[in-house]
Amino acid sequence: MDALIRYLAGGLSAGALYGLMALGLVLIYRASEVVNFGHGDMAMISTFVAYTLLQARWPLPIALLGAVLFGALLGALVEGGLLRPARHRRASPLTLVVITLGLALVLNGLAGFLWGHEIRTFPTLVSGPPLALGPARITREQTFNLSVGIGLGLVLYGFLRFTWSGLALRAVIQNPEAARLVGIPMDRIFLLAWAMGVALGAIAGILAAPLIYLEPNAMLALLIKGFAAAVLGGMTSLPGAVIGGWLLGVLENLVAGYIATELKTPFAFALIVAVLAVRPAGLLGRPMARRV
Amino acid sequence: MTALLMASGVTAGYGPILALRGVSLEVQEGEVVALLGANGAGKTTTLRVIAGLLSPWTGSLFWEGRPIHALPPEQRVAMGIVLVPEGRGIFPDLTVRENLWLGAWRHRDRRRAQQDLEMVFHYFPILRERQTQRAGTLSGGEQQMLAIGRALMARPRLLLLDEPSLGLAPLVVREIFAILQAIHAAGTTLLIAEQNVHLALTLAHRAYILQNGEIRLHGEAKSLRDNPEIRALYLGRPAG
Repeated sequence: MDALIRYLAGGLSAGALYGLMALGLVLIYRASEVVNFGHGDMAMISTFVAYTLLQARWPLPIALLGAVLFGALLGALVEGGLLRPARHRRASPLTLVVITLGLALVLNGLAGFLWGHEIRTFPTLVSGPPLALGPARITREQTFNLSVGIGLGLVLYGFLRFTWSGLALRAVIQNPEAARLVGIPMDRIFLLAWAMGVALGAIAGILAAPLIYLEPNAMLALLIKGFAAAVLGGMTSLPGAVIGGWLLGVLENLVAGYIATELKTPFAFALIVAVLAVRPAGLLGRPMARRV
Repeated sequence: MTALLMASGVTAGYGPILALRGVSLEVQEGEVVALLGANGAGKTTTLRVIAGLLSPWTGSLFWEGRPIHALPPEQRVAMGIVLVPEGRGIFPDLTVRENLWLGAWRHRDRRRAQQDLEMVFHYFPILRERQTQRAGTLSGGEQQMLAIGRALMARPRLLLLDEPSLGLAPLVVREIFAILQAIHAAGTTLLIAEQNVHLALTLAHRAYILQNGEIRLHGEAKSLRDNPEIRALYLGRPAG
């Protein structure tokens, strides 16, 4: 019982990070129809920015905020500076995806050049004695990550539901042509989605960094699991991305705990493959209507 | 007098396919103008070019004498050119209220939007009852009303309507045309593409008839109604 609670708590807190990663991916994909293969490396670079600011003795909250803003700016630059010009020259969706893939490699190499490949320890963000939940102990880090995941999910929900920009973003996601007809400037909404999406990835990266080590390839696992969570949730659904993240986190933790740690990742992916074979649209997704 | 909208020698198409071959037309402020023709004659393409969804290959568009063919759709909406697209083009997963609210994106002023919402509910009382429903659950007629209502939220000066009668029951069509009449009476200029020639000519002052991407005929609605060729071609009645 004690172990089960621990596995669940660990799974939910890791899953919250997968969910944040997935939220960013889905937000970007749904708004601009581009799968951002650079998501992991953008998160990695933003995390290195946080690391560098902390090394320079910036206060923790300011350093983290700075890194997240850097992520938002990076997302906006990629969309506004690279994808938009390509789109305006009638680049195909595949071309845009290849741009993000190339960018991933550029950022990865750049990080290696700037920060080197040695493994660095990222400081823990929260400390304190673990919390007792029944017979089990849950670390502060786990509760913190889970709370940030839930909190950001709610903030995003409120933004989409109650602001003009959020409403416009949902309109663009649903029917881009109708959105243009009510006068929504698509370029600005794409920029917004990219800035928000990469910022979410940066937050996931910063939260994950203390648990892993920081080096240029550190976020690859997080990216793949973010993708898995997004696909599990349907790739089209924002709540689906969050739930997909939790599901993936809990399942892999249960397998690691009860069967074997080595099977953690393979089992999670076997499950995803099985789900997709039976329900190609994911758990919460709906088949996306072809846009004409 | 400068026309509210003037198109001059517009050619446009999709990929290699030429859909408009030099279309020229004008709409004066306060008019109702019909754009008639068979399926594929170029009605939708003409409206898409005017709304800015499609760039003309050659030719020009003028809004009160100023060239607008290079402006993106959102800037044309800001000037008051608003299209109700064929097949309605609503946001199916948003509520009826959110759909209407989006029509006010142009100014994003909550107070004005609230006032305009009352105006839309006055024209289409059914939408008030359906406010919190997902737009995708509305009937075809209600979706058309929603699309027109959303366009009105932008306070258009020129309302472009693409086949507002398409796929609707005759009773619903009559209701919608009566409301279009009222919208015009309240001061909005209308340009309506329709396959239902008879209906369109009862509402319009003037009409253009498109055939294979060209303006075949144009004139006063009344004289077109009496034109034996039109009667034979479009009104399904023998000439004379």
